[in-house]
Amino acid sequence: MSIEVQHISKHFGTFAALKDVSLNVATGELVALLGPSGSGKTTLLRIISGLEAPDQGSGQILLHDEDVTSRHVGTRRVGFVFQHYALFRHMTVFKNIAFGLQVRPRKLRPARHQIREKVHELLKLVQLDWLADRYPAQLSGGQRQRIALARALAIEPKVLLLDEPFGALDAKTRQELRRWLRRLHSELHVTSVLVTHDQEEALEVADRVVITNAGRIEQIGTPEEVFHHPANEFVMNFVGHVNVFHGRVEGDRAFLGPLEVEYSGQRHATTKPARGLIRPYDIDIETQANGKPGFKATVRHINAAGPQVKIDLTTDSGEPVHVELPHERFQALGLVVGKTVFVNPREINVFVDDERR
Amino acid sequence: MQIRGFWNHRCAIARKTAATTEPFAVRFLLIGIAMVFIGLFLLAPLAAVLVQAFGDGVGVYWRSLRDSDTLAAIRLTLLTAAIAVPLNLVFGIAASWAIAKFEFLGKSLLITLIDLPFAVSPVISGMIYVLLFGLHGYLGPWLSAHNIEIIFAVPGIVLATVFVTFPFVARELIPLMQAQGTEEEEAALSLGAGGWQTFLRVTLPNIKWGVLYGVILCNARAMGEFGAVSVISGHIRGLTNTMPLHVEILYNEYNFVGAFAVASLLTVVALITLVLKSFAEWKFKQELRVS
Repeated sequence: MSIEVQHISKHFGTFAALKDVSLNVATGELVALLGPSGSGKTTLLRIISGLEAPDQGSGQILLHDEDVTSRHVGTRRVGFVFQHYALFRHMTVFKNIAFGLQVRPRKLRPARHQIREKVHELLKLVQLDWLADRYPAQLSGGQRQRIALARALAIEPKVLLLDEPFGALDAKTRQELRRWLRRLHSELHVTSVLVTHDQEEALEVADRVVITNAGRIEQIGTPEEVFHHPANEFVMNFVGHVNVFHGRVEGDRAFLGPLEVEYSGQRHATTKPARGLIRPYDIDIETQANGKPGFKATVRHINAAGPQVKIDLTTDSGEPVHVELPHERFQALGLVVGKTVFVNPREINVFVDDERR
Repeated sequence: MQIRGFWNHRCAIARKTAATTEPFAVRFLLIGIAMVFIGLFLLAPLAAVLVQAFGDGVGVYWRSLRDSDTLAAIRLTLLTAAIAVPLNLVFGIAASWAIAKFEFLGKSLLITLIDLPFAVSPVISGMIYVLLFGLHGYLGPWLSAHNIEIIFAVPGIVLATVFVTFPFVARELIPLMQAQGTEEEEAALSLGAGGWQTFLRVTLPNIKWGVLYGVILCNARAMGEFGAVSVISGHIRGLTNTMPLHVEILYNEYNFVGAFAVASLLTVVALITLVLKSFAEWKFKQELRVS
């Protein structure tokens, strides 16, 4: 195990940022911490790095089977990449990358020519070797973040920690860098933890995704697992888009907004409040009622720009419904704004109040 | 359509700049008033200082500067600045570091206290030292029993100067360091740098122009301070007279050439300060902009 987080808690004043969190990251893995802002993901990353200390006596951090809980950040050998790059603004790119080597005590410091070789090797790795003499202010955001990564890698870190590394970049650069990071990781195999609030980024880049919420971990799993088998309502709601219908469960029937469906989950003696969550692409639209569970709705808006056609509808009682259809299906139906249609969910996840923490 | 839209936009801009520009006559008048004002209240006195100083020829000017009391005053002023400026430099960097990078109890009180010397009249701050260390003051009897001289001696002058020039460095650095945040320091620490290395290699280079700017202002005030020092020095010739006090004494003795000769030195210090200050200010603004 490269990183072991054991029963870590952290308070800022009276605010509990982390509540008894445990997490293992295997060697060579790339794990994403995904959650809304304030969920504790950045705090967890900073505690792993040593930039922040956990609550006194709350647990341990192990890096490569070594307890580093009380070790200073500088001696943990972690590469940390910041959201706003944190490049040294008065140093050239070369000096930025060489910094970690040059501040070593004289006995451990590589010779000048070794440092130069190492820096150029790293610059080639991040594909920016022509920028060695520039200053950070002269670089684009994407270039700065790649330099920041090279600087973190210069100390040959045991683990690489990235705090929303692409958060400050525009959408297109973000996507490019995401793929690039994925390729780089499969070349280097350095154990990495990436913090993000962008679910698309987490699902695309990571081997495993850790969903955090209000200081706790909601689910740990591969991108497929958290997407297709969400552990609870929060995860399903946070990862991907959903339609939410409020209602109740009575015995083996669930009444959710305009829907009445079979309920196959845990039986409850009494009527329980419940919510049904449906992905927009798990819904079909028919022009005629066909006997399947469904409800009537009116088309309000159609957006056909994209791989799927996005359709906004409202039920008779005014609840909004979002549906995504393939273009062929959309054309076959001949939908127009104002038309009344029948909506048939294919898959519903029902969450009863009791099952939540 | 697009082309017309573009031209409309251009015209709107042109009209706007025209609307904020005054007619030529008004501009001429305003600039003229400013120039006359500067000439009357800044340049004329400056010229008068030099004319008076060299009124009896260069020889007399040199002789009055080489007077032993004058030389003592110059030495004392340099000594005072040489002690006060480094002290307040260290204090200013330490205080702004603490204020900008940490949260602690009493932080707002510290910020208020740093401004205290600006709020209090220098004469009052001199008086407070007399009250504390003077023969009839709170600590006076104990000090005289141990043969320690503060009032009417060099230590008192240094203390008063340190107090008056206390805010200059800190005031410049606090907003700069707050704007720069702590991320670069955190990056340095994570790369294995120690606290001292981080300060020398990362923090200090980021604030160097701000530091210089503060030091220049601090030094100008330390050399030119009159009120607080006047109360505490006792005006002992050749011993406790700084340059500004010496100018006053010479002038009161109708030694105009001597007085203005010393004044001309202070004027040169002021001019050098202005040039350095403009340069540091220009660099300092760049520092603030990239942060």
